[in-house]
Amino acid sequence: MRVFYAALFVVLAFAGQASADVAEVYDFATRAEEQRYQQLISELRCPKCQNQNIADSNAPISKDMRDEVYRMMQDGASNDDIVGALVDRFGEFVQYKPPLDKRTIVLWAFPAIATLGGLLVVVGVIWRARRRGGEPALSAEDRARAEQILASQSKSDRQR
Amino acid sequence: MKRVFLFVPLLAALVVGVFLFAGLGKDPTTLESVLVGKPVPEFSLESLDDPDVTLDRSVLEGKVSLLNVWAEWCPSCWDEHEYLSYLAKEQGVRIVGLNYKDQRETAFRFLNRLGNPYDTIIFDPKGTLGFDLGVYGAPETFVIDAEGVVRYRHVGVVNEQVWRQKLLPAMNDARGNG
Repeated sequence: MRVFYAALFVVLAFAGQASADVAEVYDFATRAEEQRYQQLISELRCPKCQNQNIADSNAPISKDMRDEVYRMMQDGASNDDIVGALVDRFGEFVQYKPPLDKRTIVLWAFPAIATLGGLLVVVGVIWRARRRGGEPALSAEDRARAEQILASQSKSDRQR
Repeated sequence: MKRVFLFVPLLAALVVGVFLFAGLGKDPTTLESVLVGKPVPEFSLESLDDPDVTLDRSVLEGKVSLLNVWAEWCPSCWDEHEYLSYLAKEQGVRIVGLNYKDQRETAFRFLNRLGNPYDTIIFDPKGTLGFDLGVYGAPETFVIDAEGVVRYRHVGVVNEQVWRQKLLPAMNDARGNG
């Protein structure tokens, strides 16, 4: 058990280390400002490491970007200004949320299109089932044949 | 009528296949520079050679040049240096260096060992100009036209293939005789 606690201690100690690498100490006047900062850096993507946001990334470029976000916030810039300033330098790639414009309209509309398409299929299936509802699933001839097959089947079962 | 619908999945698979195939050859780590077609951002930084000399964007005007972002700590910069020297000496290309997040001492050590192909070197220890240029990993090389407008950006090592296929055409284009 003691070994377990020792191991746990080591793991926790290093876990703390890993996150401490990233977190710089910034002072914020209010709690809301700090949350705004956290929100911003979690929505911006690191150009170097590609699949990390700048909040998680250890890359020097991410640190520069966090510094810039903080500096602009202290200057009273709005979220759009801050994201815009970084997009002007690094391109739209740094935004996890692509802006809604002509090129991205298909991307944004796709969930709605897919849902609508799925609904149409479902409606079509139901509608067809309804229309066919009046007539029996098997014609009289088919039914007679099916009964014959079933009868011979059970006979052979009994003989076994 | 109904048989036509049987081909819908095949058609959908073909469309998706074409899309995915087109994306296959792309290198996801190269990003388009948003600065292409825009002037080099304003800056005011020291010259690496002389702290008393302040450089601004006028060093990149007057002649089509390469702006090469480098640092002593960047391993690929060591790799490409020989080819940059060849371009400067044999091809007469004007190369402006941007010493990025480096120290004077180590930068000089690098140049003393490998030679100096640069016409001028901008010293950017904090990486401020690099940040404004959208530099996300040295080495990066920009083609700048005579008006100081960015024409092309290459991320990674410059070698003969890159020069022939990318930088030279961009430079010819910038010179107006592409």
